[in-house]
Amino acid sequence: MSEQTQHRWGMAIDLDRCTGCQACVAACHAENNLAVSDPASAAKGRAVHWIRVDRYYEGEFPDVRVKYRPVLCQQCDEAPCEPVCPVYATYHNDEGLNVQVYNRCVGTRYCGNNCPYSVRFFNWFDPVWAEPLQLQHNPDVSIREGGVMEKCTFCVQRIGRAKDDAREEGRALRDGDVQPACVQSCPAEAMVFGDLNDPESKVSQWARSGRSGRLLEELGAKPKVFYLERAK
Amino acid sequence: MAPAAIPYHQVRDDLWRPLAGASKRYTLTLVLLSAIALWGLIAWGYQIRVGIGVAGIRRPVFWGFYLVDFVFWIGISHAGTLISAILRLTDADWRKPVTRAAEAITVFALMIGGLFPLIHLGRVWLFYWLFPYPNSRLLWPNFRSPLMWDVTAISTYLTGSVIFLYLPLIPDVAQLSEHAKGWRLRLYKVLALGWTGSDREWHALERAMKLMAGIILAVAVSVHSVVAWDFAMAIAPMWHSTIFAPYFVVGAIFSGLAGLILALTIVRKTMRLESYLTPHHFGNLAKLLLLMSLLWLYFTFAEHLTVWYGNEPKEMSVFGARVRGRFSPEFWAMVVVNFVVPFVLLGIRRLRSIRTATIASIGVLVGMWLERYLIIVPTLSMPRLSAAWGRYSPSWVEISITVATFAAMAALYLVFSKLFPIVSVWEFEPHAQEEE
Repeated sequence: MSEQTQHRWGMAIDLDRCTGCQACVAACHAENNLAVSDPASAAKGRAVHWIRVDRYYEGEFPDVRVKYRPVLCQQCDEAPCEPVCPVYATYHNDEGLNVQVYNRCVGTRYCGNNCPYSVRFFNWFDPVWAEPLQLQHNPDVSIREGGVMEKCTFCVQRIGRAKDDAREEGRALRDGDVQPACVQSCPAEAMVFGDLNDPESKVSQWARSGRSGRLLEELGAKPKVFYLERAK
Repeated sequence: MAPAAIPYHQVRDDLWRPLAGASKRYTLTLVLLSAIALWGLIAWGYQIRVGIGVAGIRRPVFWGFYLVDFVFWIGISHAGTLISAILRLTDADWRKPVTRAAEAITVFALMIGGLFPLIHLGRVWLFYWLFPYPNSRLLWPNFRSPLMWDVTAISTYLTGSVIFLYLPLIPDVAQLSEHAKGWRLRLYKVLALGWTGSDREWHALERAMKLMAGIILAVAVSVHSVVAWDFAMAIAPMWHSTIFAPYFVVGAIFSGLAGLILALTIVRKTMRLESYLTPHHFGNLAKLLLLMSLLWLYFTFAEHLTVWYGNEPKEMSVFGARVRGRFSPEFWAMVVVNFVVPFVLLGIRRLRSIRTATIASIGVLVGMWLERYLIIVPTLSMPRLSAAWGRYSPSWVEISITVATFAAMAALYLVFSKLFPIVSVWEFEPHAQEEE
């Protein structure tokens, strides 16, 4: 157990590197068995993307710059979604992850309302996959039934896998052993993931950068995702 | 006061008359209302079977019509207990023909309002996980969640208001059981709890009612405060407001009064109780409604002024959408029916009548429904990150269920008024009054 509590997982995203290619979104879908929505329900606001790329435009046409910001669950230390759940379906685990217990969720959706980042998603129906997409399900990730909330887990299954591997090899976890699907697939290498408890980890170094900041930091939710961008 | 002039046996005959038989119109209305209510149940069944996605709610508007209806009906429930408890505690004599009708509204509105948190659940078949029952995994509900406060407050309130309705019903059913036959006799006998009308029993009843009036007053205030905190505890723009609890309590009493006036008008007309529910009663209730209208305006103004002056961008998005954006038709309609109409119709003495009080009440009911819609939907449509903004429109399922609850309320009220005198009979009895 002592080994578990050593970690405090965090992520850093360099917005100056992000090209908005959405590879992270596609990778997350494949890794985490996200339901694929049809155009009609997507237009209705029913699509599920645990990570999304928000676009913000600066300047006046034709001199426009677009800024991309991948937004995923910020794994807040003071998560506003946690206290409002009446059945403890969302809670803080001892590695600082904000965990969603699908089997416990009854679907009040209060957590979704209280998330300032709007990164929580609801399963409006039991999920269906068009043939043959059901064959590519990740066996390490459960399928969520209709009526429950879900959101980014920081690929908790990969954290578990990396720990198992390290234990088998009789060594401690190294920086970079754990890579969530989005981080792994980022062609611009704009994302890093790691242990914030380790001051030498890449994510800690990025988080200390002068360009680093957090989204809606003024709310005091203490998110563990850091965004790096040039000051204006 | 008209009833004072009417001999007691006449009072009893008048108030018992609606209990006997059922006119064609009554039966037809009841069947129609039940059919609409049944349609709502079918819609709910469909939603449970297919998934809650058949409703129009979507990210980021996770709460829609169901929560609006929930707050609305819990608000209506404040008609009874609060008004009748205040009037009982202050010994307002004119309350007598009004209290039972009000207390019945409370019980039925709560039964309906209490359904909505279930209707809106993603997995309603697991609703009992919200209760702290012993289980092998030692799972416990989260009492930090305002939704748990809801469960606690509403179940307390429902229990309390059933007792509060039932206590002053006992002498009436005891009298009725002396004259009833068949299944009615059995029903009244059971409900009368062997009431004999001894001095001891009267004293006990009197004390119990005084006590319940005090308790229910506190519970009623707490219930709507908790409902307000469902929103105020969240850090969403224009929800996170300290004023919400009293604002909601005022709104609840406001809409409850309107519901009561409307119900009394219908009862008065259909049961021919013109000599019991007089313009005097409606005048008093209308003045109360006017007072609540002004209080509501004061709270609404204070709330919006603070947000506007603070000029915080995220809050101003919601504020702007409400006051001059896409929700502004609903917003200004709400101000008109909640304030302008009652202020003109009831504030000008020459215009104040049973008819205008009823018109104003219908307006207030619409306006207070809109108020809850305007509190819930704009905030959720405009979360802090503008990239996540979204729009909500209800589906036929939500509309069906909403309409059905109004029909269900009316149907329950119809059945109640056929089983029990809608105006308390014994309170007009000279003997009983001495006991007070």
